[in-house]
Amino acid sequence: MAGGGVFLRIATRPALATPETMQEAVRTAIGEATVKKGRVKLDLPPIVENGNSVPCTVAVESPMTATDHVKAIHIFNEKNPQPNVISIKLGPRAGRAAFTTRIRLADSQTVTAIAEMSDGSCWSDDVDVIVTLAACLEESLH
Amino acid sequence: MARALIHVPPSAKRGEVIEIKTLISHVMETGYRIGVTGQPIPRDIIEDFVCTYNGEEVFRAKLYPAIAANPFISFFTIATESGTIAFSWTDQHGATQVQTAAITVE
Repeated sequence: MAGGGVFLRIATRPALATPETMQEAVRTAIGEATVKKGRVKLDLPPIVENGNSVPCTVAVESPMTATDHVKAIHIFNEKNPQPNVISIKLGPRAGRAAFTTRIRLADSQTVTAIAEMSDGSCWSDDVDVIVTLAACLEESLH
Repeated sequence: MARALIHVPPSAKRGEVIEIKTLISHVMETGYRIGVTGQPIPRDIIEDFVCTYNGEEVFRAKLYPAIAANPFISFFTIATESGTIAFSWTDQHGATQVQTAAITVE
C-alpha cells in the first residue's frame, strides 16, 4: 500500500529535468562549443536548508577587456522542473565578470555554471548541493 | 508592477568597478505548484532584466522559474561617466517596470 502511494505521488509530480534535458538546455544556450572545466567559480552552500531561496554567486576569471571578456554566463540544474536557472549577458563594460542571485532547488543535485568567452571558448564549474527542504513543487493537496 | 529596491553608489571614481544590487518584489510563481483548489497555480514570472548606463546596455539577464521569489541580482559595472543607470524588469505578459538611479563620476 505504502509503495502504491509513493508511486501515485511520483506520477502526479511535474516532469523533472534530468541530466539529459540539462545537456539539451546547455546545447541550446551555447551551441556545439566544447566546455572545459575551470576559470569559473560557482559558489553555492554545500548543504541547503531551504531550497526556496539559495544564494548563488558566479565569478569568472577574465581581464574583461574589449578583446578578451566574458560574453555570457548560464546556470543549469539537473532536477528542477526546468533545466535553466538564469542566463546573463555582459561585456567589457562590466569590469568584473561576476554576479549573485538567489535560486530555487527542488532536490539535492548538481548545479552547473557555464561561461562563454569572447573567443568562443566555454568554461564551467559544478557544485553538488544537498537540499533538506525542497522548493515547493506540488505541495498542498498531495 | 511592484516595488523595486536598488543600490548604486551615489558617486565613484572614473574607471572604478562598482557593484550594483537590485531586488524587485514579485512572486515568481513557477506554474508547477498546485493550489488548495487542486488547480495548478498559473505561471507568473519576470523573464527579462536589463541594466543600461546612459542608454548603453551593460548587463542583461534572462530569468527562469528557478529564480527565487523577489528576484535579487547583484553585478558589476565600470563607472565611466556621470549620468543615469536604468533598470527594467519585464514579466511574461510584457509588463515592464523601470527604475533609475543617478551616479556622479569624478
